[in-house]
Amino acid sequence: MSENTGFAKLIFGRLTWEAIPLHEPILLATFIAVAVGGAAVLGLITYFRWWGTLWRDWVTSIDHKRLGIMYVVLGLVMLLRGFADAVMMRAQQAISFGDSMGYLPPHHYDQIFTAHGVIMIFFVAMPLVVGLMNFVVPLQIGARDVAFPFLNNFSFWMTASGAGLVMMSLFVGEFARTGWLAYPPLSGIIASPDVGVDYYIWGLQIAGVGTLLTGVNFIVTIVKMRAPGMDVMKMPIFTWTALCTNVLIVAAFPVLTAVLALLSLDRYVGTNFFTNDLGGNPMMYVNLIWIWGHPEVYILVLPAFGVFSEVVSTYCGKRLFGYASMVYATVVITILSYLVWLHHFFTMGSGASVNSFFGITTMIISIPTGAKIFNWLFTMYRGRIRYEPPMLWTIGFMVTFVIGGMTGVLTAVPPADFVLHNSLFLVAHFHNVIIGGVLFGLMAGITFWFPKAFGYRLDPFWGKCSFWFWLIGFYFAFMPLYALGLMGVTRRLSHFDDRALQIWFQVAAFGAFLIALGIACFLIQLVVSFMRREQLRDTTGDPWNGRTLEWSTSSPPPAYNFAFTPIVHDSDAWWDMKLRGHARPQSGFIPIHMPKNTPAGVILALLSAVCGFGLIWHMWPLAAGSFALLVVGTIVHTFNYDREYYLPADEVLRVEDARTRGLAAHG
Amino acid sequence: MVPSRAIGFLLPLALSCTALLAGCDMVVLRPSGYVAQQQGQLVVISTLLMLLIIVPVIVLTLVFAWHYRASNTKATYTPDWDHSIQLELIIWAGPLLIILALGALTWIGTHTLDPYRALTRIDSPRPLSIEAEPLKIEVVALDWKWLFIYPDHGIAVVNELAIPVDIPVHFTITASSVMNSFYIPALAGQIYAMPGMATTLHAVINKHGEYEGFSANYSGAGFNGMRFKLLGVSAGEFDSWLQKARASKDELTREGYLELEKPSERVPVRRYGTVAIDLFDLVVNRCVDSRAVCVRHMMMGGHAEPARTVARAPGREADALNLIADAAVCRADGSLATALASPVYRD
Repeated sequence: MSENTGFAKLIFGRLTWEAIPLHEPILLATFIAVAVGGAAVLGLITYFRWWGTLWRDWVTSIDHKRLGIMYVVLGLVMLLRGFADAVMMRAQQAISFGDSMGYLPPHHYDQIFTAHGVIMIFFVAMPLVVGLMNFVVPLQIGARDVAFPFLNNFSFWMTASGAGLVMMSLFVGEFARTGWLAYPPLSGIIASPDVGVDYYIWGLQIAGVGTLLTGVNFIVTIVKMRAPGMDVMKMPIFTWTALCTNVLIVAAFPVLTAVLALLSLDRYVGTNFFTNDLGGNPMMYVNLIWIWGHPEVYILVLPAFGVFSEVVSTYCGKRLFGYASMVYATVVITILSYLVWLHHFFTMGSGASVNSFFGITTMIISIPTGAKIFNWLFTMYRGRIRYEPPMLWTIGFMVTFVIGGMTGVLTAVPPADFVLHNSLFLVAHFHNVIIGGVLFGLMAGITFWFPKAFGYRLDPFWGKCSFWFWLIGFYFAFMPLYALGLMGVTRRLSHFDDRALQIWFQVAAFGAFLIALGIACFLIQLVVSFMRREQLRDTTGDPWNGRTLEWSTSSPPPAYNFAFTPIVHDSDAWWDMKLRGHARPQSGFIPIHMPKNTPAGVILALLSAVCGFGLIWHMWPLAAGSFALLVVGTIVHTFNYDREYYLPADEVLRVEDARTRGLAAHG
Repeated sequence: MVPSRAIGFLLPLALSCTALLAGCDMVVLRPSGYVAQQQGQLVVISTLLMLLIIVPVIVLTLVFAWHYRASNTKATYTPDWDHSIQLELIIWAGPLLIILALGALTWIGTHTLDPYRALTRIDSPRPLSIEAEPLKIEVVALDWKWLFIYPDHGIAVVNELAIPVDIPVHFTITASSVMNSFYIPALAGQIYAMPGMATTLHAVINKHGEYEGFSANYSGAGFNGMRFKLLGVSAGEFDSWLQKARASKDELTREGYLELEKPSERVPVRRYGTVAIDLFDLVVNRCVDSRAVCVRHMMMGGHAEPARTVARAPGREADALNLIADAAVCRADGSLATALASPVYRD
């Protein structure tokens, strides 16, 4: 291993040519594919002269709808990366038996399972959840944007920068080999001296700033910016779940930030918070990270629950059963999610009373969750169910999620957890709830709100194909893992001696293949729908006979969302308006106060990424310089008073007239 | 009729799954040690208890999904019906009742199967006599192999563990550098092996045989190979197994341990005829290297006692065990603070 010396060391820190993995054929091929693909995309943008619109209308946009779309795009791109990791693991475990060591050495395999977990949670599930909230919440509450539009843009670019750093670790250096929560002492400087854990820390820290600010932004938006008449018990359920999720974010993410900061102090300046020696205690890290980590699970799943609530009442053509109990269930889950973290490490050896306490609080969460399931069930009861893809995802969720819930409660029984902890049974459990709950919910939500965002529906045939491949693929991929767990097979192994186990891993690999087809169908669906967009066009703004306010505007909505702020009388505000024969106002418009686009967010976020890169590679002048610029840039931006403008009444009239004509033309 | 069609589809599926599962070695559900056996039973009982509510939910979902499809215009449609006190009571009370039962089961099960609690039975028909002293075994998770010290017999073995059938065993467990988890599915549930701390596991093996043991917590590059065999043997076989170790010329000195501690993978079984005094205690206190200050002597609060010399009065040999007893005391009070895995440096 060559090392920089003198001036080169000052400038480049530990970064040498050896950090570029030219000797790893898999990575080299990936790099070439990414480079070719990236060049093609850049070429297309240049050819079609999209740079201007990309910069003006997207990168610098502070419109919550465009940011929502960008979050979803980020999540989907990262899904491909995270899923590629999953396929590599499944392939390795399907062949690595006895004498065959498979094709991935532990050094590479251990990075893959770490990256898979980190990417799927932080850079797939989180952006998709935040993206849906971004797009939907202001529309659902009858607002024109979020409370802090600039902050929203900054949050997105911080998340994207974090994702960028993690992706960069593929081609420059390496990623952590610690598991997705990077427990010390394994993630400490002694056991992991290289850059992997530093990529992990700074990727998450930068993205974490974005997430935290999103939390603040949405709490304020939901609390302060609801349309008149929408008291809290008339808020749509998705907005309720978004509120609870953002409360969780604001209360939980600082813990993550703090615990990662302490870990980085251990690594960078030699403190002993989580070391074995000099009074450090690694189990403190485990406690702290799960005090963030368990609420994180609910941060992801609550909005998915919200999506199912919207979808089920819309496609059943029926009011949601038990609105109030749905709200209380959500709030109870929010609170309880802070009282269960220790169930992630019953095996640490705490006392029976402590373990029982956390086991029982965990089980109690299943009561409100069960109530929710029954609420959806009785919404279907005496409904008129239309089987569009979002409804299929919902039924698939209800059947799948209860199984995951059951195995979750099972592992909450401490003595049962002693035999199931860290086994493939556990892996099957959390994929069962995250795929069956979060991912199905996100797919339902994306399909449900797609016409609102783009003005045309997604092609239902390919959507149904995607659903069935995902559903069946899920069962093939994870039911064998439950069985393997009961056979005492533990997680994170890249090689097995017992050949009797191989068939189970092969079935699981087949499941991953089916899921790959599901993802392919989804991508085909996007392309096919774009090609057929004229047939799939939504001219009404209300393609599903919806119930909440987002369906009262055009698809896609104008930049200002609502020409006049709606007045709300019912939890299903738009349904109520339709029943009462609401007439769309066509005149009397006044100028609308709008926020202005700004490049400040993307610039500050890129500086953060550069600073993170400098810290990872010990390039101190680069880190210090970019940090100084970051501070200066932030201060300069605060002096920018030219942040808003008025959209003239004539312009509003023009847009609204165009919609009137469109509605008339399509009757 | 669709429900019957659904059952017609699901039943063979369920049966074939069961048949498939029965065909393989579900060690978690059919273990060979009394502790693991009770834990496995708890898995089954809890699952059955939850199926009481899960099965009706799944069936109702499928039935409603089919019956209330839009094309079935004969089905009742009540678009504004959204509330029913009776139903709400049932949907909250149903899960509540199940959780009450499961919670009670959890409280009792967690206390009776507390790994720190000494066994009171050898297996379900046979109680343990009060005088029966458990076999003491000290376990150290190293990078990446297992060291088993038999303090009462003065031997140590790497990557092989033998225990006599129907004899209760008292494991005390620690690690040298990173966290592992000590798990023998056939014997008993796992417990973490953590550097600077000692955990305890009480267990008994009830059948002869050779069982798999391994680390159940990822610990770095050599994690795959961190496996060992547990031999469940008769008293006579156990003696000869001990004899084989005693016959070994290898001595596990403090220096030898520091050498052994260095990372290595897939290490073959290695036996040590003698073991340095209080080695396990020194490992937990992170002072096998005689230049290091023991954790117990670093602690604030004025308990500091003079650093112990290597040669010690025979009467003090039980110190390591006192240390473990302390650990048991400080976690047995059940306070929340102990949930933070107090390292056992109380003296």
